[in-house]
Amino acid sequence: MKRGKLKKVSVFTIVNNCFLVLAALLCIIPLIHILAVSFSSSSAAAAGKVVFWPVEFTLNSYTYVAKRAAFWHSMLISVERIALGGFINLVLTILCAYPLSKEKKDFRFRTFYAWVFFITMLFNGGLIPWYIVIKQMGLLDSLWALVLPGAVPVFSVILLLNFFREIPKELHEAAFIDGAGHWTTLWRVIVPVSTPALATITLFSLVGHWNSWFDGMILMNKAENYPLQSYIQTIVVQRSYSMLSRQEISELATISDRTLRASQIFLGTLPIVLVYPFLQKYFVKGIVLGGVKG
Amino acid sequence: MKNLNIKKQLPLHLMILPGFITLLIFSYLPMAGIVIAFQKFIPAKGLFGDQKWVGLKNFKYVLDMPNFDNIMWNTISIAMAKIILGLIVPIIFAILINEVANSALKRGIQTLIYLPHFLSWVVLGGILIDILSPSGGILNSLINALGFEPIFFLGDNKWFPTTMVLTETWKEFGYGTIIYLAAITGIDPSLYEAAHMDGANRWKQTLHITLPGMRMVIVLLMVLSLGNVLNAGFDQIFNLYSPPVYESGDIIDTFVYRIGLLEAQYGVATAVGLFKSVVSFTLISVSYFFAYKFADYRIF
Repeated sequence: MKRGKLKKVSVFTIVNNCFLVLAALLCIIPLIHILAVSFSSSSAAAAGKVVFWPVEFTLNSYTYVAKRAAFWHSMLISVERIALGGFINLVLTILCAYPLSKEKKDFRFRTFYAWVFFITMLFNGGLIPWYIVIKQMGLLDSLWALVLPGAVPVFSVILLLNFFREIPKELHEAAFIDGAGHWTTLWRVIVPVSTPALATITLFSLVGHWNSWFDGMILMNKAENYPLQSYIQTIVVQRSYSMLSRQEISELATISDRTLRASQIFLGTLPIVLVYPFLQKYFVKGIVLGGVKG
Repeated sequence: MKNLNIKKQLPLHLMILPGFITLLIFSYLPMAGIVIAFQKFIPAKGLFGDQKWVGLKNFKYVLDMPNFDNIMWNTISIAMAKIILGLIVPIIFAILINEVANSALKRGIQTLIYLPHFLSWVVLGGILIDILSPSGGILNSLINALGFEPIFFLGDNKWFPTTMVLTETWKEFGYGTIIYLAAITGIDPSLYEAAHMDGANRWKQTLHITLPGMRMVIVLLMVLSLGNVLNAGFDQIFNLYSPPVYESGDIIDTFVYRIGLLEAQYGVATAVGLFKSVVSFTLISVSYFFAYKFADYRIF
């Protein structure tokens, strides 16, 4: 009886499952390693003794980061950016997707607007003109520089307008017969039935804002205005210490560079690692929706 | 009648207005700023100020640069290798994952392989610099333990491009796999039953049912990836490269950043950027046309 059951598991299944589990582990091992390094003593980390488990467990690097005002300030800017940027993205995506989801007979300028939106996905002015425009708008060093240039995520607009189109026409018609205009229909009828699509695009936008670093780095002249990822890029990856005070540099000498870097990198990924397992199914849905359709 | 129409459509115009204006300012104004490519641009005079026109001098300057051919080659070769692996690896993984019968295991594997896609190249850069370091990085410790010389993955021109291609594939293969898995899920299960009746084994079923069933999606993604031939990955390379590997790792985007923002040669950098935009635009347009023709793909 037991033998019969065992026989069913083919060699292919075993090899395949092992291979896939290994590949899956390979995707998370680097993170586990960094986490282990961040909790290890500086001497163990420097000696390369840490693999996947902390050696001589200590919270030193974290208490050091906790004392660092610049780190928390950057974190605060990232949080502000996510709140403001995520809100603007969501509202503008809804407002743009609704008219674009109309048929041409209901909205005569639809084709014109659709092309205006679409062209921005195909062609852009490049880095320098983009930078100069933002500079001349007087946005450098303000939070607006991080949220306004990307205020309309065209990809999300397309995703949402395709979702809006799947909504049965009868819903619109019923609302119109009841005397509702476009605004009421949008907010009271269309938006409430679109929560899955809205959740997906919001997640895209929040992850996008959290992960952005390049715009923060070039649009903020003062390092204290850096969002967290830009801060990590300059201090941890590039290791440019010019923005640290002399006192901070002398303190840095007393703690292992490696564990300190590890802890900051880990804190930079923490929000995503924490929410990821819960949001994964939305992401999957959104990627499939946006990646292949039609 | 016509009046009524305009009145009815006015709210739609108002809704789209804020987004429209934002795009005009932050997407279309920079497009107009392309004129910088034909100027000796002095920032103090402003974007549409009284700048000195120099014709094609900026383009000529770039083409005459001794390292420009090298940069083009790096860009195209790294981008092509990424495109090819980025197509093949997810197809293989989608097929293999589809063979996993245990649904908890299947979900677990999927959850883990998508994760790197959601992390920024900044933090992955930091992690990779640590792991790949020739002195004490875990990968080199392993290589050492096996009795080989340590490899300076990020500092050796021989290794740098390969490292870029492999790490990008590592980060993104899970993302591609989702789309192919969705395509496999859409295949009619009765086809497999019929094949099973006819005595086709798993391998035969994969070859004659799964792969043909994925064909449309494969063609679509292949065609759409064409637009990326000049996108070798700024975020990744910027976070991982250093002067010793400029020779093998400098790409158009990193080059534009350096000459444009660091050396303040705005005209030259815009000229290079324009060149890239025009080539990419052409490729994307062509690929959308083919996607429409062969895979019936439409954006809206």
